[in-house]
Amino acid sequence: MSALFEYLLRLGDTDLILSHRLSELVGHAPAIEEELAIGNTALDLLGQAQFWLDLAADIAKDGRDADKLVYLRDAGEYRDVLLVEQPNGDFAHTIARQFFFDAFHQLQLAALTKSSHEQIAAIAAKSIKEVNYHLRRSRDWVITLGDGSEESHQRMNTAIDDLWSYTGEFFEMDGVDRELIAQGVAVDLEELRAPWVQIVKNTFDEATLIIPQNNWAQRGGKRGVHTEHLGFLLAEMQFLQRAYPNATW
Amino acid sequence: MVAVSVDDVWLWLREVPDPEIPVISVVDLGIVVDVRWDNDQLIVSVTPTYSGCPATAVIADDIRSALHSRGLNNLKLETKLAPPWTTDWISEHGKQKLREFGIAPPSPRSDVIACPQCTSLKVTKISEFGSTPCKAQYRCDTCLEPFDYFKCI
Repeated sequence: MSALFEYLLRLGDTDLILSHRLSELVGHAPAIEEELAIGNTALDLLGQAQFWLDLAADIAKDGRDADKLVYLRDAGEYRDVLLVEQPNGDFAHTIARQFFFDAFHQLQLAALTKSSHEQIAAIAAKSIKEVNYHLRRSRDWVITLGDGSEESHQRMNTAIDDLWSYTGEFFEMDGVDRELIAQGVAVDLEELRAPWVQIVKNTFDEATLIIPQNNWAQRGGKRGVHTEHLGFLLAEMQFLQRAYPNATW
Repeated sequence: MVAVSVDDVWLWLREVPDPEIPVISVVDLGIVVDVRWDNDQLIVSVTPTYSGCPATAVIADDIRSALHSRGLNNLKLETKLAPPWTTDWISEHGKQKLREFGIAPPSPRSDVIACPQCTSLKVTKISEFGSTPCKAQYRCDTCLEPFDYFKCI
């Protein structure tokens, strides 16, 4: 499997799995405005996932299109980062997960707009316009909840503690990254760490929240080693194609 | 076959409405980025507004059927991502149509958004998202009407 295909799966799968998690909240959001925000963010991420996975399918030319990649791969073949497959939890968990990812996503896409790969640069330039307002919203919520009532502050703290160990994986690199960085295609993720921490710190300062000191990171998603949650998510997402192969709308 | 000019095609596309905001045409929305002939095949390049816009497929079908009805059958629709669509590409005519429809058109300065009902500049943002991904929800503090604002991207 080529490094480029692998790299595109990481980009596409991460968008897709977070999109699916958010779609689970449709009909369950705490307020109508959040219902729309969550659904629309899910929709943006689904569209972005489609761009990445269409491109992955074009490159692989193994007879699988984006739909087949989505509906017919098992957990071990998925390449999303572990953070995005974590369950929605309470609203503080949903927002903390979104904020950590949005801040990273914006930096990653900004760097990818300079990719030597023309289509990757184009998808990044398209996507970042949407991610800018995703981050605006999730950042606002972190501040509102962190600097809110005693209970919302406490819940935000719990969510941060629960999810913090999944953020280190954003910056993890392997041979796939290094091969593509050498070609000017990929982003040096290690370079994004300091600016990411800065965005989190500035936001947390305003939110009266504190960055956890523990820097131990959960890893494995990019190699296909996932938390147990992904299997359950895929079971629901892929049910129709698994039970009724090749069913069409 | 009688030669059809690219200008004619643009005129016909001006009559194809956006499926979600039917007062504005796909041309006024700025999503038709190129029309050209490649020998006897007509190529229409369309760019999506938002990545996940569910209307994208409907728009392509609408364009195809509008041109088929004009007798153009050898037709190819291309999706063009770069440069990415921006709300700056909505024509002045399109912005006027949006306003009449009750949607505040995108404003390059997010601090000057006018209520599409009473033109008051005293407005409050209710949510970053509205009825579709491209809109945010606002409320006019003068006439108290809620309204959609077409976000700038």
